[in-house]
Amino acid sequence: MNTGMSVIVRTITRLVYGPALVFGFYVIMHGHLTPGGGFQGGAVVASAFALLLVAFGAAGVKGHLNAHLLQTLEEIGALAFLALGFVGIGTAFFYNLLANSGPLFGGPVVPLGSNSGVFNAGGTLPLMNWAVGLKVMTGITAIVIAMLVGARKEESE
Amino acid sequence: MKKAIILVAFLFVAAFLLLAATSMRPFGEPSFADMDDYFIAHTQAEVAANNAVTAVVFDYRGFDTLGEATVLFAAVVGVLALFRKLREDER
Amino acid sequence: MSMGNLPFVVAALLVVFGIYTFLFKRNLIKLVIGVSLVETGVNLFLVTLGYRTGGVAPIWTFAPKAERMVLPTPQALTLTSIVIGLATTALLLSFAVFIHRHYGTLDAHKVKELQG
Repeated sequence: MNTGMSVIVRTITRLVYGPALVFGFYVIMHGHLTPGGGFQGGAVVASAFALLLVAFGAAGVKGHLNAHLLQTLEEIGALAFLALGFVGIGTAFFYNLLANSGPLFGGPVVPLGSNSGVFNAGGTLPLMNWAVGLKVMTGITAIVIAMLVGARKEESE
Repeated sequence: MKKAIILVAFLFVAAFLLLAATSMRPFGEPSFADMDDYFIAHTQAEVAANNAVTAVVFDYRGFDTLGEATVLFAAVVGVLALFRKLREDER
Repeated sequence: MSMGNLPFVVAALLVVFGIYTFLFKRNLIKLVIGVSLVETGVNLFLVTLGYRTGGVAPIWTFAPKAERMVLPTPQALTLTSIVIGLATTALLLSFAVFIHRHYGTLDAHKVKELQG
């Protein structure tokens, strides 16, 4: 667990890691148009981080990813999701106040039937996608790092 | 003796599950689809999103997603609290 | 037994295999794998409940010309169930690591006998 894997695995990881991150963020951002959303995109980004951890070992990633910083970011994501639920509290909890109104994700009216997608629509849906995506991404990475560093400390005693 | 009792109980549960699976309604015809027909018909007008599944998860049934976010938060806090003792020994 | 019910039978078979694994195996990691198998069977069963014959995915972006869409609610419930399964498996594996550190073994029968 300390050393990581061979030169071939490390080179391919360096090539694949960037496009995997971009694909994960694409799946999170376009959750209201294509299949996907916050949970699925967060899992894709977390698996890119886990690939980095497996290929370079715990010693190679020790200075870059900190489990407590990741836990703080996860708490911020959870609080943002809860705050977005209180936006439309005048009518109901989780009421979609921003849909079909104003410039912030309320934009042009979505045509009925099969169309090619309108990005600037959906109300609180894209904002909730980002909050949940941040939460899942940092949460799963924090779990994986905590388990890996915990197992390493046990072997060196 | 105890293993024989466990084996009989397991065979009973397995037979019950397989019997229930073969005598269900035909695959491909849902019995009660009134709520989902309303969701499919009104997603583009009310939620203004193209993805009906995301609209159901975050808008029509957002309370379930709040419970799921709480479970994920509890799991992360639990795992990081279990492995905290080693981090303090490391310093 | 009609062949039209095959997805339901496969989901029930996965649950039966999972129950067999955590009843009759002694290694703790195999118990965790059994619990994960049961959760996978339940998720598959939930998804196959909402299928309409000849239906397409309930998404309107570049949707093909069809008159029926699949029900979206069971897919939303399966999302929640998968995340809860992940949380359960993470905590179970952390407990397995701690038990191995404390007792020195991963055998479920020996862990029960050594009291304290």
